[in-house]
Amino acid sequence: MFYIHCPYCGETREEEEFHPKGQAHIARPLDPDACSDEEWGDYLFFRDNPRGIHHELWVHAVGCRKFFNVTRHTVTYEILETYKMGEQPSITAEHPEGRPTDAVDQQASLRDGVRA
Amino acid sequence: MSNTAAEKVRTFDTRTQAKIAVESPLAYSYRRSGAPAPTAKSRVVLRERPFLGHLVLRGGAIVLDEAVREVLGVSLPGEPQGLVQDAEGVRSVQWLSPDEWLLIVPGGEEFELENRLRAALDDAHFAISNVSGGQTLVELEGEAARELLMKSVIYDVHPSHFPVGKGVTTVFAKATVILRRPAEERWELVVRRSFADYTYRWLLDAGEEYAIGVAR
Repeated sequence: MFYIHCPYCGETREEEEFHPKGQAHIARPLDPDACSDEEWGDYLFFRDNPRGIHHELWVHAVGCRKFFNVTRHTVTYEILETYKMGEQPSITAEHPEGRPTDAVDQQASLRDGVRA
Repeated sequence: MSNTAAEKVRTFDTRTQAKIAVESPLAYSYRRSGAPAPTAKSRVVLRERPFLGHLVLRGGAIVLDEAVREVLGVSLPGEPQGLVQDAEGVRSVQWLSPDEWLLIVPGGEEFELENRLRAALDDAHFAISNVSGGQTLVELEGEAARELLMKSVIYDVHPSHFPVGKGVTTVFAKATVILRRPAEERWELVVRRSFADYTYRWLLDAGEEYAIGVAR
C-alpha cells in the first residue's frame, strides 16, 4: 500500500483514494486545424513509456477530487514528489536529485491552494 | 431586494407545501434490519440526523468567505480538512476541496440561506447546489465510536491525527463518506442516500461487539 501526498489536501493519504490518469504535461496543440495528422495523432494517442523517472497525472478521486502531478520511478515505484497542476516538477530525468534551487523556489507553498 | 443572481438562476424550494409523507434514508433499513435500542451496555450509539439542509458551495475562498460571514456569521475554513460550526453547533461549514465547501444547516433553512447567499454573492463567480435530498448524516457517539471507525475507514482516526474540528472525505468500507469530528466523542458520517442502508448495516455489524444502540 502506498501513501500518496495530495498537494491540495496537504496530507498523505492512502493509495485507495487515488486513481492514475496517464502521462502528465501533455499540451494540446494551440491550433489543431494547422496540425498535421502525425502531430495530432501523437497528441491523441502516443505516450512515453520511460524506464525510470516519469511524470504522471493522478486524481484524488475519493477526497478533494482534484487532479495533480506525480513524479514516479517506473522501476522502483517510488513516488519522488507530487505537485499541483500548472507547476513544473523539481525532479526530472535530467535532474534526478532535484533541479537547481532557484528553479524550485518558484514552487508555490503547499498550503496556499485556497485561491482557486 | 433586488436579486440579480436569482434572475439568472432559477431556484426553487425542494420542500413542498403539500402534505406528502417523507421517509428518512434509513427508514427502510430500520424496518428491514431492525434498530436495537441503546442500553446501559452500549458503548456507541448511532443516531441519524435526517432531513437537514445540505448545500455545496463552489467558488473562490475569499468571496465565499465574505458571503458566508455576512449571511451565517461563521468564517469559511480556509485550511484543508477544516470544519467550522456556529455558536449553537447546529450549522457547519466544511472544507471539501480548495474551491468547494459543504454547508449543513437545520432542515428547512437551506432554501432561504441559498437565496441570501446568492444575493450576497451577486455577480461573483460561484455555484451553490442543494444536495439535501442526496445525502444524510449519521452520528456516532460514545467512547467506542473511534474503535468502530478504526475498523471501517482507511483514514487514521487517532486523536493526534484527527482532532475535533476536522473533516475528511475518505473510504468507509466500500463506500465514500465524509467523516467529521464536531466534538470529542461525537463523529458524523455524511453518506450518500443510496449508500445509507449499506453504511447502516455495516455499522450494526461492526458495532455489535460494542453493543451498538440506535437512538430514534
